[in-house]
Amino acid sequence: MDFIPTTDEQKAHMLRAIGVSSVDELFADIPEALRFQGRLALPEGLSEYQLLAHMRELAGKNRHVDELVCFAGGGAYDHVIPSAVGTVISRSEFYTSYTPYQAEITQGVLQSIFEFQTLICQLTGLDIANASMYDGASAAAEGLIMACSQTGRERVLVPESVHPEYRAVVETYLRHQGIAVDTVPAPEGAVDLAALDERLGSDVAGLLMQHPNFYGHLEPMQEAADAVHAAGGLLVAAVDPISLGLLEPPGAYGADIAVGEGQALGNSLSFGGPYLGFLAAKQELVRRIPGRIVGETVDSEGRRGYVLTLQAREQHIRRHRATSNICTNQALNALAASVYLALVGKEGLREAAYLSFQKAHYLEARLKARAGGRGLRRRWNQPFFKEFVIETDLAARELQRRLLDRGFVAGPAFSQVGLEPQGALLVCATEARSREEIDRFVEALAESLEE
Amino acid sequence: MYPEELKYTKEHEWLRLEDGRLARVGVTHYAQHQLGDVVFVELPAAGDAVSAGQSIAVVESVKSVSDIYAPVSGRIVEVNSALEDQPELINEDPYGRGWIAVIEMDDPGQADGLLTAAEYKAHIGEA
Amino acid sequence: MRETVPLLFESGAPGRRGFRFAPCDVPEIPLEEALPPESLRREPAPLPELSEVEVIRHYVRLSRRNYAVDVGIYPLGSCTMKYNPKAGEEAASLPGFRRLHPYQPEESVQGALELMYHLERFLCEIAGLHRATLTPAAGAHGELLGLMLIRAYHESRGEGHRSEILIPDSAHGTNPASAAMCGYRVVEIPSDARGGMDLEEVKRKAGPNTAGLMLTNPNTLGLFDENIAAIAQVVHDAGGLLYYDGANANAILGISRPGDMGFDIVHFNLHKTFSTPHGGGGPGAGPVAVTQELARFLPVPTVERRPDGTFYLERHRPEAVGRIRSFYGNFGVLVRAYAYIRALGPDGLRRVSEHAVLHANYLLARLSPYFDLPYPRRCMHEFVLSGRRQKERGVRTVDVAKRLLDYGIHAPTIYFPLIVDEAIMIEPTETEPLEALDALADALIAIAKEAEEDPETVRTAPHTTPVGRLDETRAARHPVLRWRPPGDGGPASV
Repeated sequence: MDFIPTTDEQKAHMLRAIGVSSVDELFADIPEALRFQGRLALPEGLSEYQLLAHMRELAGKNRHVDELVCFAGGGAYDHVIPSAVGTVISRSEFYTSYTPYQAEITQGVLQSIFEFQTLICQLTGLDIANASMYDGASAAAEGLIMACSQTGRERVLVPESVHPEYRAVVETYLRHQGIAVDTVPAPEGAVDLAALDERLGSDVAGLLMQHPNFYGHLEPMQEAADAVHAAGGLLVAAVDPISLGLLEPPGAYGADIAVGEGQALGNSLSFGGPYLGFLAAKQELVRRIPGRIVGETVDSEGRRGYVLTLQAREQHIRRHRATSNICTNQALNALAASVYLALVGKEGLREAAYLSFQKAHYLEARLKARAGGRGLRRRWNQPFFKEFVIETDLAARELQRRLLDRGFVAGPAFSQVGLEPQGALLVCATEARSREEIDRFVEALAESLEE
Repeated sequence: MYPEELKYTKEHEWLRLEDGRLARVGVTHYAQHQLGDVVFVELPAAGDAVSAGQSIAVVESVKSVSDIYAPVSGRIVEVNSALEDQPELINEDPYGRGWIAVIEMDDPGQADGLLTAAEYKAHIGEA
Repeated sequence: MRETVPLLFESGAPGRRGFRFAPCDVPEIPLEEALPPESLRREPAPLPELSEVEVIRHYVRLSRRNYAVDVGIYPLGSCTMKYNPKAGEEAASLPGFRRLHPYQPEESVQGALELMYHLERFLCEIAGLHRATLTPAAGAHGELLGLMLIRAYHESRGEGHRSEILIPDSAHGTNPASAAMCGYRVVEIPSDARGGMDLEEVKRKAGPNTAGLMLTNPNTLGLFDENIAAIAQVVHDAGGLLYYDGANANAILGISRPGDMGFDIVHFNLHKTFSTPHGGGGPGAGPVAVTQELARFLPVPTVERRPDGTFYLERHRPEAVGRIRSFYGNFGVLVRAYAYIRALGPDGLRRVSEHAVLHANYLLARLSPYFDLPYPRRCMHEFVLSGRRQKERGVRTVDVAKRLLDYGIHAPTIYFPLIVDEAIMIEPTETEPLEALDALADALIAIAKEAEEDPETVRTAPHTTPVGRLDETRAARHPVLRWRPPGDGGPASV
């Protein structure tokens, strides 16, 4: 099956107009030695219904979280997605559109991005935001690079309580720019402020704090902000957007830059992507923001409209001196996030956060009561939001398997993200989990430990 | 378009000798026209040491970005902070309110090596 | 038609809701009991308050102010705006793909891993290379990774001092930006009279400091660089690697393979060549394929197959460059690209490139009498015209582009590549019917005539779009990047 509408007759017409006798002649510029001989070794093409049967078969080899019950977290969350989100992002006027280079006929995408930027500012309490980034981890790396260019310094601090995959992405990005990444210990499950102080200095451009952190715990954000500011560096706060329904926003504790993973806002789990990173900042950093930005303007008759703006920062003009090489955003994912925020609104976001908090705390209390005697313990007793780390004497990967047999997904296991110990496992409850599901999960976990 | 009393560079900067070692610097009419509507100017900091040929400012239009080079070596003593809010001054009044910086020259003789108005006009093909 | 749509923030009413959560069904504890009081939000986030119907109408109204491939031809050069088959959407929406958590145990995601495993091999076959990573989220992300791989290779050979990347002057801006972001110095190579890379310049500039060369082939002029084998030889002899920017791969499927041309690293844009929708600017995916020699440096994780046929994610790769994204890439995009390759098969993919090139040459033949053609050659999947002739009448390429909107057609890419004055870059793709190609040609020819006879109409276009020409200078001089409530004193602009 292909999607080529040209008939043989039309093909002949086009060849005549070009003045050649065969399509092959059009490839004359490719030296003979570089012509691929034969056919690509790929499976034969399929009709649409054959293809869909095959895709269903592949999908059927997966066990998804409508069939299983999801208690997994670690940066990707099973929050409720209102039906209207799907309705909007399935409109092909949005999803089959390109980057809005011709503003006059793409006001839909442009206005939706302007609204997204505003919503992210409202959420984070900061002044400005961009049109979105690849994901939360690369947004964190770009946030730290901004801190370096703003301060002219070349060392950043990243606590070990930050998501290990974010830390890995930050290290990979920054190493190639000659920026040193130093680790701040978090032996009790949150940043050790004394250790942070020891590492701060007049050469530190920025500190990345994740709040709640990878373990689900709250961090001492105000203290961290004060400490890094005293050293002349910037605070980059990586935040869970749902948590901002309950927790103080980055702007309130003085963060200079806020980043995060926006998946929880109306985006499918989709095995890790596509998601969206968001990036917001204080006004004075406006020229250092990477990526696409939409601004308001007027048309020839004074009507309000929107355009891509501040493009001189970007790679297609500044080339090797651009603020970043990023030249896309995750527009459709950002659109889903905007629709989600518009639907739940001021009160709904608080409820999503509040319910997640209550369910997770109920889960923790039930686990303690039911499985506390079977070697299950929380790894740290820090205040948490919607997920926390449990530890058992069983390898967590094995515990995940036993839970899977009983219809539940939990994780990540620490070993899935390169952390120790083997027995540690993240568990998470969002507002989507019912009391009955939580009770069954606790029972399944207790049974798994008895197995 | 190209005042006689100014000195010019091939990179389209002008320089006006002021008291003693001071030289005021901006971009020419030709440059502002080529750039189109200027939307942002990244200014140096007063106190910066600069050497001739070094980039001291960046001028952005909607779809281009250009370096402004120091015509002479010395130290930046003043910058035109009005450009922060009104970058359009570069288009509207390139030799007046659109100036970019004042440089205290290490050696006032340096300016002698720059182009005269006639030479600059020849350079841009308007002679 | 010409009216503005109020912002979300200008609609709704206090207390209105677009979605309700179920009441709390677990025993509630006071927040302050579990969380430090100072960590709690004092004021709720000032989000809008709308009903569901208001939200839907808002976005449906916005959607009607948006051009898309499903609306009409989208001839943006270098963007490959082909049709996005709906079977791909249906496949990606299956719960067995859409509803997978990235940290599920591997035994519960075997179908997803199998898909990724095979997609990697399909892309390697198309590229003529050995292994690939699917994690990059976009073309530029793939470029950045490719440059990291170049560095890892040189460092492994004790040649970490190699600091220069050669890039032609016709390259996409992302190439030099990616090189700089990876800490490399960019050495620009001019184009020769035929629009290819100047081979003598490559010889002169390749040397002991050369880390690699980045090239698109066909290049951004839509021309196949006939010297590519010689260029590859020069760069390899100098000890450098060759990076292929696959932005223009729509011309070469089953026809020529970058690996066979001598390239060591290739990135593909799945959202271009492999038909996944652009989403208004993303998400896409930019997988990177490499030679056997470079495979050990690919980032974590990779998908591997055990002897028993089961699949797993390999996270322990001692020589890997690291990690460039959380999780495993834009999986939902990978599903669509996999479906596309399975639907077309080897013959279908070859037909794609044949028709992409046929369609481009047909349009070129129709338009070349009316516009200047800076490199008078046959083209591959796209071509670049110059609006010089129209400029003499006071009509700039941007005016031609805006006027095309009045004909109901999206404009081509303009002012790129930078080496062509008043560039108009057209890529029609293989999925456009002849009638759409003719409509585009007819409209451009009509505009070329208008430029002669009625330049003012062109200069002031567009006239029939939802808004008139927008003032980009004003937007950039005094940026308003967000809405603020009336009377809010905060900084809304610079």
